[in-house]
Amino acid sequence: MRSASRILSLTILGFAIVIMGLGSGLSAAPAQAGEVPLPNPAKAFKGEQCVEPIDVMRRDHFEFLKHQRDETLREGIRGKKYSLNACIDCHAVTSPDIAGGKLRTLKPFCAECHSYAAVSIDCFECHSGAVQPGIGSEIGKQSALPPNHEQLKADKALITLLKGHLDPTSPQGGTGQ
Amino acid sequence: MTDKTMNTVDSSPVDATKRTLLKGGVAAAVITLAPGITLRTVEAAVTGPATQAKRWGMLIDATAPEGVWDLAVEACKAEQGWGSDHNKSGKANAATDPQWIRKVSIKNPKTGAKASLPVMCQHCANPPCVDVCPTGASMKREDGIVLVDKHICIGCRYCMMACPYSARSFVHEPVEMQKPHMPRGKGTVEGCTMCVHRVDKGQQPACVEALNKAGSDAIMFGDLNDPKSDISRAVSKYVTQRIRADLGVEPGVHYRGI
Ligand code: HEC
Ligand code: HEC
Ligand code: HEC
Repeated sequence: MRSASRILSLTILGFAIVIMGLGSGLSAAPAQAGEVPLPNPAKAFKGEQCVEPIDVMRRDHFEFLKHQRDETLREGIRGKKYSLNACIDCHAVTSPDIAGGKLRTLKPFCAECHSYAAVSIDCFECHSGAVQPGIGSEIGKQSALPPNHEQLKADKALITLLKGHLDPTSPQGGTGQ
Repeated sequence: MTDKTMNTVDSSPVDATKRTLLKGGVAAAVITLAPGITLRTVEAAVTGPATQAKRWGMLIDATAPEGVWDLAVEACKAEQGWGSDHNKSGKANAATDPQWIRKVSIKNPKTGAKASLPVMCQHCANPPCVDVCPTGASMKREDGIVLVDKHICIGCRYCMMACPYSARSFVHEPVEMQKPHMPRGKGTVEGCTMCVHRVDKGQQPACVEALNKAGSDAIMFGDLNDPKSDISRAVSKYVTQRIRADLGVEPGVHYRGI
């Protein structure tokens, strides 16, 4: 069942590429400098190195994530290094233009590249540690959270902020991750 | 899947170290790739995979004072983060909001005898929810824990129809403030996971732990395959029964006193 749907989605992707190719007049020239700025993902909040060398991460992170997802959930293998919670721990940062800097977010990191590459992922609707205050292995040290963030967690105003942040129709415009 | 093959290699001292490294048994191993380039693995000890050697189960004592079931329900909510979902106008909907575990009161109409017991996913050995799932999202782990793989759940709710215990719920409203160990989201089905994230760490499910802390052993958790485990001993000592045993689904949850 699953492999069938994968083949289907690959086929659809194939069509999409053909259509895009036609649309752009089949020009193979690299994007002109200044046309679309190259993505500039935010620096990791924590850690000196990623779980793999950077060029490997850029190319293959989604394969790692998918593999680990299946291993964790379906086989019960835990503690391997490509954990989504671990990515969140190191890469979620606060940013003044997102929820006034009160919540950590992956938008300046994952979404920075994904919007460039027209990738749309839907992970953080459930894995919402990425858009919460003070969750993670180093509670309190994560990003520039206020020291009383534990109390803030129950703060209605903050929850409203979060809602606005998650709502794609709001001026803050969804997480876009 | 190198790790798996590694596991079957017999352990000469050299292999053993290599294996621990690969499995990340060392908390922060530094691997030198080339002069000047190092790769630090950030993983803690790797655990699993789940195997058929274990069969996790529960034994519930329906003669316990009924207040303990409220405690078990609250502990589950707190651990897994359900029970406070609401719609856009901030309203909860008792008819459709998720319920991973609930207290059920029963009465024998002839004798008037009453009992109260918690009902949740019964973690069947032959789970009908798995049979009917069109995507493979409804699944049983090797150790008998029945789960929803929400990554491939399309929200069709066939499993909810198939479950004789009405143990699964559909998430109708957007969810926020999920726990990192329990991602939940609108449009998928969910139910008791036997606290798989805790069990995999060698801990007890949240409901069991909460009752233990309150001095009650009304819910026992353990390995039904291990004849020496507390739960196996209890199951062989008391008269126990499983709800709707006639269906042949072989639940992993046993009850006594009903
Ligand atoms: C221990 C902390 C840590 C963890 C865990 C971690 N990263 Fe990284 N990651 C880094 C650091 C440090 C860099 C180097 C670039 C920087 O400083 O931002 C990096 C770089 C990257 C890059 C390249 C960014 C670029 O500038 O091109 C990607 C992609 C990436 N990480 C994805 C992930 C994903 C996906 C996960 C989870 C599977 C993950 N990382 C887990 C710390 C971490
Ligand atoms: C509908 C909810 C939902 C969505 C959407 C979702 N997940 Fe998950 N994910 C879960 C659940 C539930 C678990 C199991 C957690 C456990 O047992 O610890 C999980 C576990 C994981 C794990 C293993 C745990 C960890 O932290 O490493 C990975 C990796 C993962 N998901 C990746 C992803 C990625 C990548 C996406 C987006 C493409 C995604 N998930 C979207 C619900 C979701
Ligand atoms: C250096 C740029 C970069 C960064 C940073 C980055 N990604 Fe990606 N990601 C990509 C590209 C490019 C693709 C598409 C690859 C393709 O389609 O071949 C992608 C694809 C994915 C996919 C697969 C999407 C699909 O539809 O199959 C997932 C899942 C994913 N990324 C997760 C993440 C997460 C989580 C983070 C942040 C922790 C992240 N990525 C950060 C560049 C990046």
